[in-house]
Amino acid sequence: MAMEMRLPVARKRLSESLGRESKKHLVVPGDTITTDTGFMRGHGTYMGEEKLIASVAGSVERVNKLICVKALKTRYNGEVGDIVVGRITERRRSAEDELAMRGFLQEGDLISAEVQAVFSDGAVSLHTRSLKYGKLGQGVLVQVSPSLVKRQKTHFHDLPCGASVILGNNGFIWIYPTPEHKEEDAGGFIANLEPVSLADREVISRLRNCIISLVTQRMMLYDTSILYCYEASLPHQIKDILKPEIMEEIVMETRQRLLEQEG
Amino acid sequence: SHSIPVRSSETEDLRVDGRGCEDYRCVEVETDVVSNTSGSARVKLGHTDILVGVKAEMGTPKLEKPNEGYLEFFVDCSANATPEFEGRGGDDLGTEIANTLYRIFNNKSSIDLKSLCISPREHCWVLYVDVLLLECGGNLFDAISIAVKAALFNTRIPRVRVLEDEEGSKDIELSDDPYDCIRLSVENVPCIVTLCKIGYRHVVDATLQEEACSLASLLVSVTSKGVVTCMRKVGKGSLDPESIFEMMETGKRVGKVLHTSLQSVLHKEESLGPKRQKVGFLG
Repeated sequence: MAMEMRLPVARKRLSESLGRESKKHLVVPGDTITTDTGFMRGHGTYMGEEKLIASVAGSVERVNKLICVKALKTRYNGEVGDIVVGRITERRRSAEDELAMRGFLQEGDLISAEVQAVFSDGAVSLHTRSLKYGKLGQGVLVQVSPSLVKRQKTHFHDLPCGASVILGNNGFIWIYPTPEHKEEDAGGFIANLEPVSLADREVISRLRNCIISLVTQRMMLYDTSILYCYEASLPHQIKDILKPEIMEEIVMETRQRLLEQEG
Repeated sequence: SHSIPVRSSETEDLRVDGRGCEDYRCVEVETDVVSNTSGSARVKLGHTDILVGVKAEMGTPKLEKPNEGYLEFFVDCSANATPEFEGRGGDDLGTEIANTLYRIFNNKSSIDLKSLCISPREHCWVLYVDVLLLECGGNLFDAISIAVKAALFNTRIPRVRVLEDEEGSKDIELSDDPYDCIRLSVENVPCIVTLCKIGYRHVVDATLQEEACSLASLLVSVTSKGVVTCMRKVGKGSLDPESIFEMMETGKRVGKVLHTSLQSVLHKEESLGPKRQKVGFLG
């Protein structure tokens, strides 16, 4: 058995450890961003009394004449084409529904779906009209802030380390063992309930801890960042990844590698 | 929640976060975090955050125990911890935890209550132990018991003298020196080890998700010597006698290591002396 008790250590400010020269301009709702009316207002801002005011808590970003506030933590705002992962809690009762769908997808099922339409009140309607969507079988769910999921061409990734992930735009991340063959015939309506091998489960647990590390250090989640983080974590035991000092080290290495790749 | 993968993983000692069935998450302990208390401690176990404050006040001994002081426990489930605690939502859990604390301390050896007596039948020290749940991340009982033990270790009770004059009326004199205190021996203070049954195995230090998958749990109160002071079964599911025995043995084994780790951290903190950097709440 393992037990570690320690005294708390004061956390370093992230900007200090990164050596950032310019501090981020952080605002809270109601803060004045600028009194210069020449700017166009973007997301997270509104005009009031001849000045630009922030409507969300986050950092101010400026692109030429456009000022917007990037929120640190957001509720999910759906957009057409987004991939979401979620659990069915309630179903709309229509006659067509009753006859057809109930047999395949029921309340309590975990599914992946695509956003079909967005209503004015923010509600979205989902569809699973493709074989890649549907019921999710065995795997691990990690819930993160939607603002940390990077928008990419595809949100379904088969990672080379031996597992697959679905990066839901709504912040729900599904990690599961890579299926051996693509089940074209069944589609996404029959969940695979066979036991998962220990090796696969180790990969999945490691990925889960890596994703949590990235999120704790406010890093964007996408296939490359997750993969680099996984590789940086390999020298450590899976359960040690969540220790504060090891988490910092792994994410620092990931950040370094991502910067090198970009530059 | 996704109960299937968790159940099968327990059969091979690998939990979702990579821990084994008998592994605890990293624990952070800090004492003396609240200034106007006789003793205090803060414990962070994963996402579970507990704050305990102890206030020593003078009171009258209970009629049936005239030579002893006593402890009173209050548990506040803060609405900050989880939305379920809004309004009076946390009251039931608070009462359950307080009753459990009364039970585990309800024996002759946990705390030397006679040392809290000032003058028999008249004056004694009452230790008011306030537990505040700041965040709920699973395994509340274990974290609370660790925090209570650490806070009692940190508690400083002012030294008093009873002066009797010729007419027989007594006066209580408090020492002038604020550092002239007596401390409690917490050697026999028990800690709780919660064992959650998931599938065919049991785990210690369950996260919220693991607790949701567990139908039955056993709370075992263990001293540093491995003596069980009390046990309680919680949950809607059933436990067979063999499981209970196995879980109790695991509880004793794990409990001893828990005490050793806690004692070494508390002594390390004390050895840093009054100049140690306090982290507190803004660190």
